[in-house]
Amino acid sequence: MANPVEQFKIQPLVPIEIGGTNLSFTNSALWMVIAVVVATAFLTLSVRSRALVPGRWQSMAEILYEFVANMIRDNVGTEGRKYFPFIFTLFMFVLVGNLLGMVPYTFTYTSHIIVTFGLAIVVFIGVTIIGFARHGTHYLRMFFPHGAPLATAIILVPIELISYCSRPFSLAIRLFANMTVGHIILKVMAGFVVALGVFGIVPMAFLGGVTILEFGIAVLQAYVFTILSCIYLHDAIHMH
Amino acid sequence: MPQFDPTFYTTQLFWLFVTFVVLYLLLSTLAMPKIGAVLEERQRKIDDNLDKAAQLKAEAEQAIALYEKALAESRAQAQTLLREAAEAMARQSEERQKQLNDRLSQQVKAGEARIGAAKDEALGHVRDVAAEAARSITAKLTGATLDDARIAAAVAAALEEGR
Repeated sequence: MANPVEQFKIQPLVPIEIGGTNLSFTNSALWMVIAVVVATAFLTLSVRSRALVPGRWQSMAEILYEFVANMIRDNVGTEGRKYFPFIFTLFMFVLVGNLLGMVPYTFTYTSHIIVTFGLAIVVFIGVTIIGFARHGTHYLRMFFPHGAPLATAIILVPIELISYCSRPFSLAIRLFANMTVGHIILKVMAGFVVALGVFGIVPMAFLGGVTILEFGIAVLQAYVFTILSCIYLHDAIHMH
Repeated sequence: MPQFDPTFYTTQLFWLFVTFVVLYLLLSTLAMPKIGAVLEERQRKIDDNLDKAAQLKAEAEQAIALYEKALAESRAQAQTLLREAAEAMARQSEERQKQLNDRLSQQVKAGEARIGAAKDEALGHVRDVAAEAARSITAKLTGATLDDARIAAAVAAALEEGR
């Protein structure tokens, strides 16, 4: 039986090294490039006809666009409009990464903690900068809720600080863990199908269900990643 | 697990950065304005159609108001005409009746005059007839001949008594 974590292995395709730093073009990078091409092609070609009554593809592109637009309007407010391109890019990058990972023999870059952490830390740093830029030092009030007795500061401030700083980790680990575990389950199940011969029909049926579930998770996790980013952005713009 | 092997961390972060920035640029400059334009265009068209429908509705309502106004006006006009015609006819018939009355009363008056004249005439004749009868009766009975003046006086006295 194949090692279920084999699928997550990084393989350098074009070795690049600049100043002693390894910047090789790997299979992970390849799939990121593919995701960029797929996302851009899908979103531009589908609306090429500019149909008044949209077809199937145009409809999907419009739904994604309006979905993210509504998400920002509902969770961030009108000030969130200027962050729409970033949030939409974030959503598409994670969504396409997750869905491409569902295609057999592909590589799922969102199953790598460093990738999800890279995305999460950009959100975290960006949100913190926006918070301080809008509110100055007043943004530090984030760590001490209004109306709480001053004496509780000694407990509340560390708790709030830890909860604030753990945001990028929870964001990164949630996506990474969901993707990794899903793919391991699929791989293990597929191994059972092969190993059990005729009786492989049982894990095969299970595999079908899990695959559908994984598609749902792929979309859901992209949504969760994006909406949490929106909520953090809302906190930074409006405070609590 | 390969995820926890830091060997490829830098390259992954580097390519993540590159691809993410490229995707951001492509979406924000190419895809999103296109989709946004399509959605805006549709919204504009829907609004346009709604505006047009509202305008047509207003026009229809105006036309209905005009029609009703015209209807009311013509109804009023018809009533005026009817009333005028009725008045004219009443006036005319009244006049005609008056004329008729006049003529009839004139005729009645003329008739009465004629009757009066005939009566007078008849009464005159009666006097002559009475005188003549008195003369013949006295001549037959007595054989005397009376003079006309006495007979006339006696007739007049008898007529006066009979009245």
